[in-house]
Parts: sequence; structure tokens; C-alpha cells
Amino acid sequence: MFSILISIFFGKGPRRGVHGMHRGVGPARDEARHVNSNDGAPGLTGIGRRHGDEAGRQASADPPAIEVRHLTKDFGGRTAVADVSFSVARGEVFGFLGPNGAGKTTTVRTLGTLVAPTSGSATVAGIPLTPENGVEIRRRISIMPESPGLYLRLSVTENLACFADLYEALDPGDRIDRALRAVNLADRANDACGTLSKGLRQRVALARALLSDPQVLFLDEPTSGLDPAAARDVHELIDALRRRGVTIFLTTHRLEEAERLCDRVAIMNTTLRTIGRPDELRDQLFARTLTVQTLAPLPDPGRVFAGLPAVDGWHQDGPAVYVLAVSDSTAAAPAVTRALVAAGADVLSISESHHSLEDVYLELIDQDQEASRR
Amino acid sequence: MNISKRRVRAIFLKELREYRRNGFIIATMAILPLIFLIQPLIEVFALPASASGALRHEDPLLYLLGIPALVPACVAAYSVVGERQQGTLEPVLTTPVRREEFLLGKALAALVPSLVIAYAVYAFFLACVGLFAQPGVASALVRGPDILAQLLFTPLLAGWSIWIGIAISARSRDVRVAQQLGLLASLPSVAVTSLIALNVIHASPGVALGGAVALLVLNSLGWRITSAAFDRERLITGTR
Repeated sequence: MFSILISIFFGKGPRRGVHGMHRGVGPARDEARHVNSNDGAPGLTGIGRRHGDEAGRQASADPPAIEVRHLTKDFGGRTAVADVSFSVARGEVFGFLGPNGAGKTTTVRTLGTLVAPTSGSATVAGIPLTPENGVEIRRRISIMPESPGLYLRLSVTENLACFADLYEALDPGDRIDRALRAVNLADRANDACGTLSKGLRQRVALARALLSDPQVLFLDEPTSGLDPAAARDVHELIDALRRRGVTIFLTTHRLEEAERLCDRVAIMNTTLRTIGRPDELRDQLFARTLTVQTLAPLPDPGRVFAGLPAVDGWHQDGPAVYVLAVSDSTAAAPAVTRALVAAGADVLSISESHHSLEDVYLELIDQDQEASRR
Repeated sequence: MNISKRRVRAIFLKELREYRRNGFIIATMAILPLIFLIQPLIEVFALPASASGALRHEDPLLYLLGIPALVPACVAAYSVVGERQQGTLEPVLTTPVRREEFLLGKALAALVPSLVIAYAVYAFFLACVGLFAQPGVASALVRGPDILAQLLFTPLLAGWSIWIGIAISARSRDVRVAQQLGLLASLPSVAVTSLIALNVIHASPGVALGGAVALLVLNSLGWRITSAAFDRERLITGTR
């Protein structure tokens, strides 16, 4: 439903002033996924670096929506963000993950011109991040902070009207109506924000972020405090915005949300720990395996699994359970099945191991914690 | 630098709407003028006609200039730190609004109601004196130069109080502390107007001109001080 509403909100056809973007799912989105990964700057684990050249090629054809180079931010003696470099393609949904205090919000505030970087450089919506360009950058972006920050004594419409004027939106009344319809709040337009639930306030904040038709939308925990149905609506809204070519910089703790919505994700922990597509990160951090379960233990498993295509090794993980390291599961699985049948084994199951983005995240954060203990 | 009138107006209207629905601000705006109004009215009504001679050599109504010195200080002191405490400052500062537009909107929103209150209280005071005081006392109190001074100095004093109030608000972490400091910072203005009202400083065209020039300079300085005190990063992160 949000997809329809967002079409109403922004109208049909490509967004004004944005070109060469990827709209819709499918090949175009896949192409977007391959655009602009980490450029191999210091502070990275190496995951995702293989996309650096692609990023460079793409950047020359279509400048990225956000480009950050060696960004560092110190608060007194404490470093919040250290030597972070990445770029985000236009029309991409970019997930920014990390534990509390990892520097995510500081990065967003820096890119939003609220906080000055200690060192490093960035371009946001095609404009270099300098104090002189603050107004111009803020004109092209929109930030939805984690806390809605609404004027609780004012009505929903009064809140949005103030922001429509601050953005100098054309036809503010119409924009407010469309923003409210996009977040399903048209019927609460005249309610004081103080009377709304946390979830509804979050929606008002989202409507406020949409008012300016931003090129880059920073969303800080947009589904925090929302019930599952409302969170799903927000996901649909993000999908619809992606199809409209809006670049979305999504900060979230919900890893399944990031996995579902984001073309690429970056995991921060003061430094940038890794960056890439979720499946790419899984593949690089975890070996791909097939788990085979038979009715009875194989008499000579080494002979069964030896020399099979795409099988790199194996170990036994129970009386009749075998874990096979594979380079390509689609090639290995049929060959393993045939070998088992030929060996007269009764096969109960052959399954591919599945690691989630959460596994990647936890693995990296655990590595950091271990490193800090040493 | 281009100041957007629309953005200034947006902040101004938003502030007025908030003030209207904020009991704390309403109470602050109402209580101070009442203190300035009731007790002196009672005293004026009690004055015999024979007191008019002495009154002709004094400018007691100038003490009402304490209203534009104190009321806007309280309101302005709330303006930035109040938003910060509500958590509404960060969303506003992520918009294209410039520091100057934001501050002008805030200042106008404190100035307009303060002027309305100050002029209304003064008009009400004059009306009451004209209607209910002894005729001799009324004619001794209500004089053209005093009215002119009131009209001229009300916005100048209010402006100075507002800039100081906003500057304090931009550096404070607590609304009440900001308001107390704002009131404290306004006391010198109140002291000077009181000294003139009590004829310790003799009111003359020269004093009026000097005072007006001094306040214009202070207003200009106040604008600069407030702009310098307004640091987005410190307001958002609480550091620096």
C-alpha cells in the first residue's frame, strides 16, 4: 500500500534532478548493489575491497550520492569515528550497523553538517562537505533522527507546516497532505503530537523527512518503537523510495531489517569494520558448507566424499552427520547426492548452511571485543 | 548572506504557537507585568491631590520600563535550551535554516508578545490613572515626554534583554537556570530605569539620547554575542 502512496506522493516518472539511478527490483537493483563498495581505504578488514575498482569506474560515470574519505571525529580525547571511508551510490539503500557508541550517529551528524569533522573529507548529494556548503547540503538531504523530536504542543499539521517552510517547499499544503497520506496519518492531521503514541510520532517524523523530496534520506532507527505491522509499512515505504531513486542511509540495530532492505551494509565500530552486500559478507566471513545426514554412519566417508566436484573437505559432526566445505553448493549438492546413493547410503537430508547478517555482525563485534581484551 | 523571510517566519510562528500552549511561558508573561501593575496602581490611587507638585519633578512611570527589560528575558532564555530539552533542536538544525534565521525568528517571537504586553500594561496604567486617580495626580503623571520615552525605550530594552536571554539559553543545559540567569542579566537595565524613575539620575533629552544610542550599540553587540554563542555542534552533542 505504501508503494501506491509513495507514487501519489512523488508523482510518476523519475525524480527531478536525479539521473542514471536504479529503479525497481531485479537487474537494475542488482546493478546498484555492485556499485561503489569500499575503496580500499585504511581501517577496513578487506572484505568488500574487490569492489573498489568497480566503485571507481561507476563514480566517474555517475558521482556517488555520498563519498566519505578518511573521516575522523574526535570529541576532546575520545575518538568517535576513526578514518572511515566509503561511498554510497545514487539510489542505493545503504545500511549502517554497529553497536551502541560505534560512531553511527556521529557519522550521520557529520554528513548532515551538524558536526564538523576533525579530519577527512566528504561529499554529500554531490556537494563537498564544508562549513560554507552547510545550507546547500541540508537543502538536498533529510535526516530523521532516532528520537522524533516533535513539538508536542503543536498539531501534526502545524509541525509539518513549520518544516515545509524551513525547507521552503513549494505548495506546502499539498506536500503536507501527501506526506501524511504516505505514512497513513491523514486522519490524525489535526491531533496534537503529544497525544500520539510513540509509533505514530515516529510516522510523523518520517512524514517530516519526506517533505523536502530529499536526494539523500538519512534514517536513524526508523522502525524503533514500531509494532510489526507499522514496521512493515515503513519497510514498504523505504522500498518505494528506493524505486523512486532516493538514496537512503539507514542506521539500524535490526539486522534482519538491514538484510532485507539494504543493497549494501557497513559495520562500524569506531572504525569501519566491513562493507559490502549482505550475501557477500556472509561468504567472505563464513565458509560455505553442506550438512549431510544419513540414516546410519557411512562405513568409509572419506572414499564417498573424496574427489567430488566443488567439495574442498569434510568432517564428521555426529554419528551420521557430515559437514562438507564446498566452493559452490549448487555444483556440490547433486554430486554429493549421487555419491551417497552410489555408496548405498540412506540419505535423510542434505542442507546448505545459512549464515545471517546477524552472524556476520556478531562475529565482527566478537573479534573487536577479543582484540580489546588482549 | 541571504536571510530567508519564510524561514524566519516559520520559526516565529512556531514559537508563538508554542508559547500560547505553554502554561509556564504564559505564567511568566503574566505574573511579572501584574507585579509591576497592581502595587503601584494602589499607591497612585492613594495619593492626595497635594502630591502632584512633587510628582511633576519626577518620572515615576518610567519604572514600567522594567517590564520590557524582564519579560522577554524569561521568554528568550527558554527559547534554545527549551528546544534542546524537548529534543526538537536537532530536527530543526538539520533543515537549511541558517543560524541567523533561527535566531531572528526566536528573537521576534520573544519581542512581539513582550512589546504587546509592555505597551498594553502601560496603556492600562495610564487609563486607570486618568480615570481613578486624583485629577492633579493624573495630570502630573501622564506627560508627553514620558510617553515618548516609554514608546522609544520599550523595544530597545526588550531587544537587549532578548539577545542576552538567547545567548544564555544557547549556553545553558537547564531551562530554569537559563531563566534565572536571564533575569539576573536584565537587572542592570531595571536598575538604571528605576534610578531615572526615582530621579536619582535626572531625566533629560541628553540622558535619553545617550541611553538610546547606548542601547542601540548594546543591541548590535547582543546580536553578535548571541550569534557567536550559537554553536550547532555544541548544542547537539553537548561538547565543545
